[in-house]
Amino acid sequence: MRTDLPGERHEWLDDDAGPVVRPYTLTGGRVRSCADGFDLVAYVLAKPNPDLAAYPELHPEHRLLVELAGRGTPVVELAADLDLAVGVVRVLLGDLLSRGLVAVQQPPRATYLPDNDILKAVVDGLRAL
Amino acid sequence: MDSVRYDADRRGRRVPIALKILIAGGFGAGKTTLVSALSEVRPLQTEEILTGAGVDTDDISGVETKSTTTVAMDFGRITINDDLQLYLFGTPGQDRFWFLWDELAFGALGAVVLADTRRLADCFPSIDYFEQRGVPFVVGVNCFDGSQRFSLEAVRQALDLDPDVPMVLCDARDRQSGKSVLISLVEHVARQRGEAVSAV
Ligand SMILES: Nc1nc2c(ncn2[C@@H]2O[C@H](COP(=O)(O)OP(=O)(O)OP(=O)(O)O)[C@@H](O)[C@H]2O)c(=O)[nH]1
Ligand SMILES: [Mg+2]
Repeated sequence: MRTDLPGERHEWLDDDAGPVVRPYTLTGGRVRSCADGFDLVAYVLAKPNPDLAAYPELHPEHRLLVELAGRGTPVVELAADLDLAVGVVRVLLGDLLSRGLVAVQQPPRATYLPDNDILKAVVDGLRAL
Repeated sequence: MDSVRYDADRRGRRVPIALKILIAGGFGAGKTTLVSALSEVRPLQTEEILTGAGVDTDDISGVETKSTTTVAMDFGRITINDDLQLYLFGTPGQDRFWFLWDELAFGALGAVVLADTRRLADCFPSIDYFEQRGVPFVVGVNCFDGSQRFSLEAVRQALDLDPDVPMVLCDARDRQSGKSVLISLVEHVARQRGEAVSAV
């Protein structure tokens, strides 16, 4: 799926940057998605018992996403599990969202959440690890 | 833990609250090491895609011909309980990947800035970044072998840190040490909200 473009150079490409890729082949070149705003730790929840056969246009990666999101899984874990870049996963999630196959739960804004109970639970939990 | 709120979707499935913590610091300061030491899962990596500098992403017509590259981000997970998970993100070290930081920092609980006393200045940009955006942070002074021991007070002065920013000596390879850095961060966040979670 990934293809190196050995001929192309950019001044900001060097050893610190990863390989040059065409990661958006899977998305048909789409880089924008209605899932763009989703946080790395937003939970994706698949619709229970989705009828994927009704959507022949979906890629195997879409189907895997629905499967992985059955229990509710954050965007970043989906990307790691599928070994796909986060940006690609967001585009695929947008496709699933627009078909009603997944729902996304954004995390609470840390500016007003978590409250003190949560912070205390985190400290206690870390101490107990 | 029943006092901890959780969200449930319409079908009643419980979704844990996921809190983001950033692990920042200069090149080679121990970010990946700390995330790995703390994570309950194998150290994970994910990638974010960069398109060429200044690419107008609204114009997707020519996107397939544009070269892109990916930046790896380390991340790790700590499950506190059924309702609470911490996600640790190592920030990319290179300055030019800073726009990724905005995404990482958005909604983050706080950050750990790892300082390597052999190259203290390397963590200035991280400190500036979190100060400017009002993201609570603590400084973990990573004790590398063979590095000269400085007093924390000397490091604080060199970093020109606010007196209320906690500083902790740490060894990024050591889980217990990493845990205490995270605890001092969460306590700092709580203090900033005027609600101490423990009597320190
Ligand atoms: N002695 C000692 N060595 C450490 C410590 N933390 C990290 N190291 C070592 O320092 C080297 C660099 O650590 P990394 O975790 O890769 O640093 P990093 O911040 O992720 O580096 P970049 O991602 O390249 O910016 C590794 O060889 C680690 O084993 C520490 O606390 N003490
Ligand atoms: Mg690293």
